[in-house]
Amino acid sequence: MIVQGLTFYLFAAIAVGAGVMVVSARNPVHSVLFLILTFFTTAGLFVLIGAEFLAMVLVVVYVGAVAVLFMFVVMMLDINFVEMREGFLQYMPVGVLVGIILLVELLMVLGTASMSPEVMAAGTEPIPDLADRQNTAALGDVIYTKYIYLFQAAGMILLIAMIGAIVLTHRQRPGVRKQVISKQLARTREESVELKKVQPGQGI
Amino acid sequence: MAEFWSIYLLPGIIILAQILAIIVPLLLCVAMVTYYERKIMAAMQMRMGPNVVGPFGLLQAFADGAKLFFKETVIPTSANKGVFLIAPMITFLLSLVAWAVIPFDDGVVVSDINVGILYLFAISSLGVYGIVMAGWASNSKYPFLSALRSAAQMVSYEVSIGFVIITVLLCVGSLNVSDVVRAQEEGVWFFIPLFPMFVIFFISALAETNRHPFDLPEAEAELVAGYQVEYSAMAFALFFLGEYANMILMSGLTAILFLGGWLPPFDIAPFNWIPGPIWFFLKIAALLFVFVWVRATLPRYRYDQLMRLGWKVFLPISLFWVALTAGVLVAFDLVPNT
Repeated sequence: MIVQGLTFYLFAAIAVGAGVMVVSARNPVHSVLFLILTFFTTAGLFVLIGAEFLAMVLVVVYVGAVAVLFMFVVMMLDINFVEMREGFLQYMPVGVLVGIILLVELLMVLGTASMSPEVMAAGTEPIPDLADRQNTAALGDVIYTKYIYLFQAAGMILLIAMIGAIVLTHRQRPGVRKQVISKQLARTREESVELKKVQPGQGI
Repeated sequence: MAEFWSIYLLPGIIILAQILAIIVPLLLCVAMVTYYERKIMAAMQMRMGPNVVGPFGLLQAFADGAKLFFKETVIPTSANKGVFLIAPMITFLLSLVAWAVIPFDDGVVVSDINVGILYLFAISSLGVYGIVMAGWASNSKYPFLSALRSAAQMVSYEVSIGFVIITVLLCVGSLNVSDVVRAQEEGVWFFIPLFPMFVIFFISALAETNRHPFDLPEAEAELVAGYQVEYSAMAFALFFLGEYANMILMSGLTAILFLGGWLPPFDIAPFNWIPGPIWFFLKIAALLFVFVWVRATLPRYRYDQLMRLGWKVFLPISLFWVALTAGVLVAFDLVPNT
């Protein structure tokens, strides 16, 4: 148990530290790298509470795909540090507001825990027990039965967002020559190459 | 004190010994894979290949390693120093940690976790960071272009790899790597019923390890050597080792998912005398041969063709196969119970 406790505090400390660095790092690419570190340590925390499926999905989806795309965009930014300083005060109120909302939410969760410990105890006890059902299977049991409509709705929202992004950014440019793969594949040797016997001293 | 010894120290020492027992042979294998590759390519191109250092040139890889070890590590002045040095370490580290869940025989595995396949998928999807960080931190044009290419390429091919893994998992009913192999023990190896998936997985593995014909991130003809341009000495060696260890890992994963891991091809007398790890080793060696064979045979893909193959060919086919496999399993009541 001691090792587990120490590991928890190690991961928690790294996660919080990296989270602070995400907002305070000068260089946006460093921010993204710290964000990745935060995701990774959070995955470690998930493993510690026995939610290994969530931990792996967090790494696959957020670290492996979302953060790569973040990084892809941020790397190509032409950063002007002076301009970034100027914008700081302007966005400050919004940031503070979001921070306060999150703080209140956290306090509410903690308040529930201190006022009625039995509710939290029920929440932290996995159903069914980890010993007789692996959490991958346990998740599968409820997601596609009890919560199927919510699950599908989440999928639809993501699909709409994706189609929307494509519609907004796609533009047809006239007069641009494009690769037509089917035409390229349909080319045969007969119609593209011809062997001619050229007599000496004569052209074709 | 005795308690401290039995609860903490002894397991710690055992884990350390297990790690060494995997990593030392693995690094030896990496050295031999470079030799293997150069010899096969030489044979295919009617050359001799390395034949000077040691008998049949067997020690060539170690000579190359020693050379790199004694060279000077150059850090470009405009490079982002921290990220520049972390990048090769990440590549190397990620290629080693994945071996924790690879079973060499029934029960011979460092960590037999429930979500082994997902762990492997997660680690292989992280491989892109070493390259992207190296490309960005070098602060130079060719490495940067290479980083962009690599990021787009690896994310694209991960999608089809994910669907292929899902198809296999549908037939297995468990995310445990050893269970994948055990599921093939009773029935046939998965490359027979899922042959198209096997082909897609192997091609995606080529793209995921940045090997020919998808080696656009390090295309020597256009990008000099891509993300490796600014690296020298051991930093370069770490990239090199990581890349080859990844090749072995992807071959191992293909062997586990489709070719029955440690299982002999037929469970009859002369075959099942040979122990499992040797079968596993032979399968990896055969797949590595295909890796090299592809490199010696095919020209490099154009970038738009690479993207088209990933998104417009592999993604729909693998998605269709996921639906088909699930449909067949349900229709004929073959779903493995968990």
